Amino acid sequence: MGVDRTVMPAVGADPAFLFPAIERHKLSNGLDVRVVTHGDLPILSLAVTVPGGSSSDPAGRHGLAGVVADMVDEGTGGLDAIQVSEALAAIGADYDVEVGADATVFTLTTLARFADRGATLLADMVTRPRLHEADFARVRQLRRDRINQLKDVPAAVAERAFLQVLYGGHPYGHTAIGDDVALASLSLEDVAGAHRALYGPVGSTVVVTGGLPAEELRAIAERGFGGWVTSGASAPAAPAPHDPVRSDPRLALVPRRAAQQSELRIGRLAAPRRTPDYFPLVVMNAVLGGQFVSRINLKLREEKAFTYGARTGFDWRRGVAPLALYTSVHTASTAEAVADALREFDALRGERPVAARELELAKASLTRGYPQNFQTVSQVARAVGQLALYELPHNYFTNFGSSVHAVTADEVTRVARSYLDPSTLTVLVVGDESVAAPLSALGLPPLETLAV
Amino acid sequence: MSASGGFLDLPFAKRTLANGLDVIVHEDHRVPVVGVNLWYRVGSRNERPGRTGFAHLFEHLMFEGSAHHDSGYFAPLQHAGAQVNGSTSADRTNYWEVVPTSAVDLALWMESDRMGYLLPALSHGRFETQRNVVLNERRQSYENRPYGLALMALMAALFPFDHPYRWPTIGDRADIEAMQFEDVQAFFRTYYGPANASLVLAGDIDTARGFDLAEQYFGDLPGGTRPAPVMVGAAALGSERRILLEDRVQLPRVYFAWHSPAMFEPDDAELDLVGDLVANGKTSRLYRSLVYEDRIALDVSAAQQSRAMTSVFVLTATAAPGRSLSDVAARIDVALTRLASDGPDEAEMERSRAQIESHFLYRLQTVGGFGGKSDQLNAYNVLRGNPGYFQADLSRYQAATRESVRVAAARHLLSSGRVALSVVPAGQAVMALPGSAPIVVS
Repeated sequence: MGVDRTVMPAVGADPAFLFPAIERHKLSNGLDVRVVTHGDLPILSLAVTVPGGSSSDPAGRHGLAGVVADMVDEGTGGLDAIQVSEALAAIGADYDVEVGADATVFTLTTLARFADRGATLLADMVTRPRLHEADFARVRQLRRDRINQLKDVPAAVAERAFLQVLYGGHPYGHTAIGDDVALASLSLEDVAGAHRALYGPVGSTVVVTGGLPAEELRAIAERGFGGWVTSGASAPAAPAPHDPVRSDPRLALVPRRAAQQSELRIGRLAAPRRTPDYFPLVVMNAVLGGQFVSRINLKLREEKAFTYGARTGFDWRRGVAPLALYTSVHTASTAEAVADALREFDALRGERPVAARELELAKASLTRGYPQNFQTVSQVARAVGQLALYELPHNYFTNFGSSVHAVTADEVTRVARSYLDPSTLTVLVVGDESVAAPLSALGLPPLETLAV
Repeated sequence: MSASGGFLDLPFAKRTLANGLDVIVHEDHRVPVVGVNLWYRVGSRNERPGRTGFAHLFEHLMFEGSAHHDSGYFAPLQHAGAQVNGSTSADRTNYWEVVPTSAVDLALWMESDRMGYLLPALSHGRFETQRNVVLNERRQSYENRPYGLALMALMAALFPFDHPYRWPTIGDRADIEAMQFEDVQAFFRTYYGPANASLVLAGDIDTARGFDLAEQYFGDLPGGTRPAPVMVGAAALGSERRILLEDRVQLPRVYFAWHSPAMFEPDDAELDLVGDLVANGKTSRLYRSLVYEDRIALDVSAAQQSRAMTSVFVLTATAAPGRSLSDVAARIDVALTRLASDGPDEAEMERSRAQIESHFLYRLQTVGGFGGKSDQLNAYNVLRGNPGYFQADLSRYQAATRESVRVAAARHLLSSGRVALSVVPAGQAVMALPGSAPIVVS
């Protein structure tokens, strides 16, 4: 009855994967509506994408898009902030908002029998927020207090400093929460103006997914959002910000006295989401640091035990996105970890190019597990929203596997040579100042110390 | 019941193999994936003072190779497109893979090999490496994080030095540094046999095939024993104990912690509801009064942290700049007293019922991973002795009334002692609640 333990079982043929059909409709007010029948549970998810993300923040107003998004559940029509939340709770809703660099996405998941109540409520919130002064004052103060608290969170300090160092004054050079000086200067009129300019039906997308027929899902979207009228200077989807000026590589330290670990970022500006290099880059990243078994994690965690984990990845945007290593390493090992990581970036360019076995592993892990990303209604709604944001075709998910499999070893080496040259990489460390001397000895650009 | 009633179900079949391994199969053929989920009845409560962190260390060592696959656990499974992870709590350890249907055999071969044949592949070098990875995990997740040591401080104040819930799951740093290889091997022999484990297969798999595969891969492993569960009740707190911890934070935060009934015991579900009602989300009473109306706090939250032997109810609030923890604490006490005397109103109960129904339904969307259907079946099997407890669990919440919630709050959050922990910016002990004794956590 026992099993042969000398031979690992072979994996069978990959199950076929077809992303469910996406139906697309343009409402008479110009709104892009996409519906997907998914699953058989009486659950429904709506995802509204508006083209106002943190990159739409004007200079001196960093954090504005985040405040606008926060005001969306602070009252609409006859409901005040608390009553909005009570209305969400009464339909068992999960409500979420995410302010990205290019867009803001609102998601609401509810029971199918509350579909119309959910769609109407979400539409009222997004399109007609009350924008009262007292709510604005409270929301702004909470965000200023949060900025203050984030000074003690090493990963947040690193994220903020890394974007600044890479992008400088470019619209991608700040985080969505913005900065305290800018928030202090905001007025309610700034918020109302940004809402008028960015939150219109033209350029926005509503995705509805759930276990209902497509025509019902469409009707739910239409009843909820058909009355959304352009409130002002509503424009088509914001153009991708101009390409940032390529910055010189830097070595920067943000001091954190007596830190037990150094929060580490190593990377550069890489490519926009729609780059023709996308699939070779995705495969390259899986080899370099995108997975547990990738080269950098095996080196820094499994061989050296410098860290709990290390990963690389792209923070994709419509414009040029960063590629970076994200990790936190023991203070005493900081310089050695940086040197080891840079060696791995470099090796993939030619000294140790991707091996056939590695390439196969990277492709298989990217493609075979892919259907797992689309189990819940909110996963599917968000995914379809991404198609709209990045202007990708409807068959994108179904074709993902064949696109990955088409990538060759030569292409991986080619993009590695273009994107992984250590002399183009910026190193940012949030850690104790004792790491400065060993970092300075690595032969990198001169160490700069940044204020928080 | 509601319109969703017909869907609120988690059917399964269960068998126990001759060696004592529980096997549970749930069919869901919507997506061609299977959740493979293995729980071991071992957690940090099975450790003892001076020897903590072992169960969590195994959550690392179990991924380093076994006798017939003497290298990293991830590579073959990631090659198959699997997601792989595990977690450790005070009461249990779980390990899981979510695999394409075509890779179920592989996942079971891998899980059974590390259950039956881990130690021949566990070298001293691998142990040393993972000990250092765990020390880095501890730095990253607790030591180098604002308020990161607060829960350790609370548990140490709630429980006597030898109570199994006193120490953190990751272990005390000195204990991790002092671990001996022989002790690590002995811990595995005691707790990681089939008789002490429970396997769930959920997803695109036929029930008969699921049982056949379990027998095929696990049936020939010697059963080992199921150690008697550790069972130690709560130590009573006579009164409020105030302590303070200085940390690298900007704003002071207060944590109140009470002993409360064990998971699934009477009042456990009610206290879950009390947490939501009092402090979770914008509809909660304390959010409304502290954050929304008076703006004396930045945030507020509460949770009945249910555990197998006895639970802890924790309520937290961060003071707004310039506001004192004493003001915040006084308002919290007013809200608790009012709830304990008047109970929730009918609108609050209605909202809470809608949220319960929807969240039980949302839980049925994924077969694998943390909180997926396979994990739920194992939780009910291991912690309740009944994988079919899904609907009874839901009923606990549906049966709650205004009066039962009121009584639970009155019984557990007013009439007994509690720990009040103030976490304050370094050098600002004066910001703590009056009379707080400084403590050191590392």
